[in-house]
Amino acid sequence: MTEKEPLFSAKNLKLLREPLGSSNPITVQVLGICSALAITVQLKPAIVMTLSVIVVMSVSNVVISLMRKMIPPRIRIIVQLVVIATMVILVDEVLAAYAYDVSKQLSVFVGLIITNCIIMGRLEAFALANKPWPSFLDGLGNAFGYGLILIIVSFFRELFGSGTLLGYQVVPESFYEAGYANNGLFVLPPMALIVVGIIIWVQRAKNNDLVESN
Amino acid sequence: MLVNALRRYIDKIKPNVEKGGKFHFLKSTFEGFETFLFVPNTVTTSGAHIRDANDMKRAMILVVMAMIPALLFGMWNTGYQHFFAQGIEAGFWETFWFGFLRVFPIIVVSYVTGLGIEFVFAQIRGHEINEGFLVSGMLIPLVMPVDVPLWMVAVATAFAVIIGKEVFGGSGMNILNPALTARAFLFFAYPTWMSGDKVWVAGLANGMETVDGYSGATILGQAAQNKDTLVNGLGEPYSAWDMFLGTIPGSIGETSTIAILLGAIFLIFVGVGSWKVILSVFAGGAAMGLLLNAFGGNALLDMPFWQHLIVGGFAFGAVFMATDPVSAAQTEKGKWIYGFLIGILAVLIRVFNPGYPEGMMLAILLMNVFAPLIDHYVLEANIRKRLKRAKVQA
Repeated sequence: MTEKEPLFSAKNLKLLREPLGSSNPITVQVLGICSALAITVQLKPAIVMTLSVIVVMSVSNVVISLMRKMIPPRIRIIVQLVVIATMVILVDEVLAAYAYDVSKQLSVFVGLIITNCIIMGRLEAFALANKPWPSFLDGLGNAFGYGLILIIVSFFRELFGSGTLLGYQVVPESFYEAGYANNGLFVLPPMALIVVGIIIWVQRAKNNDLVESN
Repeated sequence: MLVNALRRYIDKIKPNVEKGGKFHFLKSTFEGFETFLFVPNTVTTSGAHIRDANDMKRAMILVVMAMIPALLFGMWNTGYQHFFAQGIEAGFWETFWFGFLRVFPIIVVSYVTGLGIEFVFAQIRGHEINEGFLVSGMLIPLVMPVDVPLWMVAVATAFAVIIGKEVFGGSGMNILNPALTARAFLFFAYPTWMSGDKVWVAGLANGMETVDGYSGATILGQAAQNKDTLVNGLGEPYSAWDMFLGTIPGSIGETSTIAILLGAIFLIFVGVGSWKVILSVFAGGAAMGLLLNAFGGNALLDMPFWQHLIVGGFAFGAVFMATDPVSAAQTEKGKWIYGFLIGILAVLIRVFNPGYPEGMMLAILLMNVFAPLIDHYVLEANIRKRLKRAKVQA
């Protein structure tokens, strides 16, 4: 390897792009579903959650990648958890300090980023075997892919469930006077599952490579 | 004469939708209408199959016919409850006409939405149009409260057809009963329009003037609040005959046990509905009711077991929902287990979860999910039994 690889080579860009579509962590790998159901009732917490996951994921990917040659394979899971947990606590404290309301809304779910299988999955599958820069891009890409679905789902859930977006009323009052009503099912977690299902349906209808042959 | 002319007309336009014709993309729609009007003349070409003239469409129409008594009674009862709440004496036809005008739009909305979606999906997938919705489209209005806004019926129907049925591959592949899916959707999405005291009598939700002290609570609604005597809107106690005949508030088609039983007899007679399921649902409900009566303790636990069977949607669910051949258990032994558990669960949910005064819907949906599991173990048991027999002889 004499020639230096450019920072945004085709291979590296793929790391960023693929998780948004054909290897999306939620709709294709079906990871991180629990948090996708829990915090998508409204758009704002979903966005904050997305940002938190982006930070935790990209930084811990880089840290693990830097340490990849020092970590004894037998205790690698513990080491990964320590790194993730440190990042999660940092994010949690920052949220509590600067965005107290949202931090209250997300409550336990920020802490539970530790258990988000996407993060562990990327550390195991990618950061342990790759250099820091590709690992950083991989972390970013997967966090974006995760956040994209979160934001789509929460957009529909807040719009139909509460008639608001980011807390602002968007369904006009005249609709309610004409007999429109907010859909209570969208506030309940099962509807998040159904919306995710519909996204998977649409995605597979457009991209036939994703459909398993049986 | 007219029939022949129609046949000739259909034959004339048929080439247009065959392969290569300019309206080929409408083939599913065309076939849907053709086979709706005439028995198809397709013949099985290979193997020795016996084809009954009674195809899916005819079977579905028979179920719709079985619902007619409940539907007509529901229309009359809609008017009756409305005028009763206002304290107006109305004649039979006036009462029926009022109910007809309230119920008919719900039926139209349900059919137009559901069939519209079915046609679009059949067209996209190049399938024949599924007949299943002929029944669902009639079941949906019958399990709605009469005051439900029409757009909610449309949304629920669309949800039931797309999420309840088409994502699984259309009629025959669905896990859940589509009509109950529609009702469950509304129940959780718009609870204020689907439960409480106001929605069961036409006009009450819109602030209609009533006689003093009137209440539109259903029998199960009152029972869930542990009322000792179950009373009508003016506070007079209901007799068992009222409940059996169906002159009580409730969803449009569910109130009259006698009209539903007429439908049940018809379904069993023409061989479309499974008497095993119907009987075992009632047996399960009665068994659970008796068990709860034996413990007793409060008004709800002491509610006579036979009363559970004639109030709310119990009879309607047993006859028209539980027997749905797609979502019910398929094995003969499985049908007994499936029905019996529906009966048990329905009464159990009614009595122990006052949040859901009517347990029938949830009981059937839950058992729909378990039906394949029941079938699996019935089949396994049968295989084991036969293997044992084979070994003895060997």
